[in-house]
Amino acid sequence: MPAVSFQHVSKIFPSPRGDLHALKDVSFDVQPGEFFGLLGPNGAGKTTLISILAGLTRASSGRVLVHGKDVQADYQAARRQLGVVPQELVFDPFFNVREALRFQSGYFGIRHNEAWINELLDGLGLADKAGSNMRQLSGGMKRRVLIAQALVHKPPVIVLDEPTAGVDVELRQTLWQFISDLNKRLGSTVLLTTHYLEEAEALCGRLAMLKQGQVVALESTSVLLARAASNVLRFKTDATLPPELAAQARITGRVVQLPANDAHAVERVLARLRELGVVAQDIEIRKADLEDVFLELTGSHVRPATPVLALDEVDV
Amino acid sequence: MSGWQALFYKEILRFWKVGFQTVAAPVITAILYLMIFGHVLEGRVQVYGTVGYTAFLLPGLVMMSVLQNAFANSSSSMVQSKVMGNLVFLLLTPLSHRAWFVAYVGSSVVRGLAVGSGVMLATWWFAQPSLVAPLWIVVFAVLGAALLGALGLIAGLWAEKFDQMAAFQNFIIMPMTFLSGVFYSIHSLPEFWQQVSHLNPFFYMIDGFRYGFFGVSDVSPWLSLSIVGVALAGVSALALYLLRTGYKIRH
Repeated sequence: MPAVSFQHVSKIFPSPRGDLHALKDVSFDVQPGEFFGLLGPNGAGKTTLISILAGLTRASSGRVLVHGKDVQADYQAARRQLGVVPQELVFDPFFNVREALRFQSGYFGIRHNEAWINELLDGLGLADKAGSNMRQLSGGMKRRVLIAQALVHKPPVIVLDEPTAGVDVELRQTLWQFISDLNKRLGSTVLLTTHYLEEAEALCGRLAMLKQGQVVALESTSVLLARAASNVLRFKTDATLPPELAAQARITGRVVQLPANDAHAVERVLARLRELGVVAQDIEIRKADLEDVFLELTGSHVRPATPVLALDEVDV
Repeated sequence: MSGWQALFYKEILRFWKVGFQTVAAPVITAILYLMIFGHVLEGRVQVYGTVGYTAFLLPGLVMMSVLQNAFANSSSSMVQSKVMGNLVFLLLTPLSHRAWFVAYVGSSVVRGLAVGSGVMLATWWFAQPSLVAPLWIVVFAVLGAALLGALGLIAGLWAEKFDQMAAFQNFIIMPMTFLSGVFYSIHSLPEFWQQVSHLNPFFYMIDGFRYGFFGVSDVSPWLSLSIVGVALAGVSALALYLLRTGYKIRH
């Protein structure tokens, strides 16, 4: 039985300017013990899908099962199996860390959870903050508490929605070590959404990519990587690229990256640049990574006019 | 500990941690009302023939404090959790809508009774109303607090910001409590306003509560009990329905 099963899930948000189809017939399974990544650009529907799984939002059609339990019809059984780390950095200002964790255990009907709470506090580097009020904690510390809160009832399925957004490198390391450990030691299933593709590449055995509410890829990470152009030509330039190159390029400030599988492709690009009098500096050729696959599949390499503003928008 | 007990305890601890604001402040306000109105009106107004004004006012103020604080507890807790976003910690749990209801309304009753007892103890020095039928006092205090706790829960679910909550409190709850006969017997009103007062459910809560002290009231306590009971059942049914359907908390 799959740990999580999405079956023909659709979600429509009615709006005066026309209905928004946030999810269109999404179906896939996550197997027990998997470390599964859910990727997609902002607005692709990742958070909506997680919200339906967590019971925060209802699907317009289709259903979601957690270890065979329907998240609507059998919500109590489903939620006992789920530990969800929300994307927003939320906290209850009335309580300290230990109180927050005790109450969260209580909501799941668990008494005397101190041993596990202490283990969580130690594992997440929160032991010396146990008595601190939530308001006094830094953003990173609050994020750790969110993770601890999601794990108080030892859920077999852990769902992390953008857990490392705005988190420093050190915390990212601690966090992934902790989650990977749970995945390996306890066999917990992990479902993760992230913007950091190198993270997904390093951690997830299998990935689903969403684009405009639809699954555009569902494969093991290694197969997906193999699907990408195997090499990428990378250079820096101050000039504007001609449209035919810009259309397939990944442009980050001055850095341009173009798929180039073989010597001919590299030559073609360089010849075109020379023809236009474009100066290219620091030219190199590297192996394709997940980001290349991602851009190829989601078509996001055609950048909007103001990409920076769109980066941190909350998913619908 | 079952889930609802954890939430119930959390809700009590929440208001207790800011007890100055949630318990001590309303007690002080009630004492001020009693001192000022008692000073101005004692000796000039007699109610039910023999009852002095301060003694008459005291139960009214106690009940008003019970009702206002029961409402404030569930409504402010819910709207704060929604605005802060920490309601998600509850939404992710297996707690049923009944568990939510019992915990939010139960903690409102506790706060209402805590403030009411505080007002009663603090004002005992000014006047000692008799305690003719203590059971009626307890019954009306508990039912009234539960009714306002459930109403607060509905208001908290409905309001999306503090502004809307303040409007609900100031334009509905405050006028209904002030015009319910806390400060006067409705028999002192012109016929028309007596009729209007009979449409206000708050009137029956105050009147029934006061019956427990003096054994005299504007209407029969059984009538008051029936009306308060029906109102509580109706408001509770609505609150439970809103919680079950996730009104404004699940999309």
